[in-house]
Amino acid sequence: MDRPNLGALFLHFLMLSFLAIGGAPTVLPDMHRYVVEAHHWMTSTQFAEVYALAQVAPGPNIMYVTLIGWQVAGWAGAAATTLPWLVPAGTLTLLVGHVHSRYPQAALGRAIRRGLTPISLGLMLASGWILMRAVNHDWRGYLLTLLTVVMVLRTPWNPLWLLAAGALAGMAGLV
Amino acid sequence: MKQAESHGPHVSVLALFLTFSRITLSGFGGVPFWARRVLVERQRWLTEQEFVDLLALGQLLPGPNVLNLTVMVGYRFAGWAGAAAAVSGFLGWPCLVVIAMGVLHQRYGDLPLVQQALTGLSAVAVGLLLATVVKMAMVLPRQWRPWLFGMLAFVGVGVVRWPLLIVMGALTPWAIAAAWKGKD
Repeated sequence: MDRPNLGALFLHFLMLSFLAIGGAPTVLPDMHRYVVEAHHWMTSTQFAEVYALAQVAPGPNIMYVTLIGWQVAGWAGAAATTLPWLVPAGTLTLLVGHVHSRYPQAALGRAIRRGLTPISLGLMLASGWILMRAVNHDWRGYLLTLLTVVMVLRTPWNPLWLLAAGALAGMAGLV
Repeated sequence: MKQAESHGPHVSVLALFLTFSRITLSGFGGVPFWARRVLVERQRWLTEQEFVDLLALGQLLPGPNVLNLTVMVGYRFAGWAGAAAAVSGFLGWPCLVVIAMGVLHQRYGDLPLVQQALTGLSAVAVGLLLATVVKMAMVLPRQWRPWLFGMLAFVGVGVVRWPLLIVMGALTPWAIAAAWKGKD
């Protein structure tokens, strides 16, 4: 395990925050590559657990990013992974917000959105793939994941209940 | 009496902080839902159309779309101070909650029962993510190009494990150009 380098951690997440078009799940694979594979600051299983824990917390779905930083280097680490999301995205938002309010139906904006959506989807699928392999040790885990997908698509249940059911199934030794 | 035409209701910095705290703390499993409910229905700071436009714009920009919406709404009503207040409310509380979870995880994470619960929890969390992918994929146009770009992004980043910067640098210009040419 390398000694955590806060400056490098901050810069890498800053770079990722600019690439996170389509939301935080799209950059998860690269965080995993950086934190787990390149620097060994946490194991793949820890990474998946931290992601799962953050899903139980209130707030936007980027909170796992804070928890990754915290796991790597405590409070300073949490700041190093969380702050990058504010400054550049915020500034860019305001700049584009001004332009957008002047030309609301810009065709280029539509083309960008339409072009990037499939890439975001591919990246989110990659996130799911990486987490799935980190978590599910045998077929029962994969079955639970598959069952969750079906439940979300077929029922209007709140995801929190599904998470609670998953934790209970784990405690009962079913997974 | 001043600038009533474009800015709508008068909103204080404190109100921004409190309102976005409220949105984020009720935002279990889907903040956009609560953002709409509070901003459009309860506070009436935005019209339905303004909300949809801001959220769509937030999707186009890097970062989580609701965070971008938070910055834009805060800035619109109270300038930089408003943006800062809205963001502190929106991110501050969840940060404290997840770090508290992190402390507990570090202290008790190795207990067998906790470990089992985490395994089940994680398996479900992955399922939630994959279900989102399936839902979004269902509205992709029935053409081969978007699917090809999606698969290339998946294989490059998820399977071959190339750095995201390289994969996106290679794919985005083509994807945007293709969408631009294919526009109707």
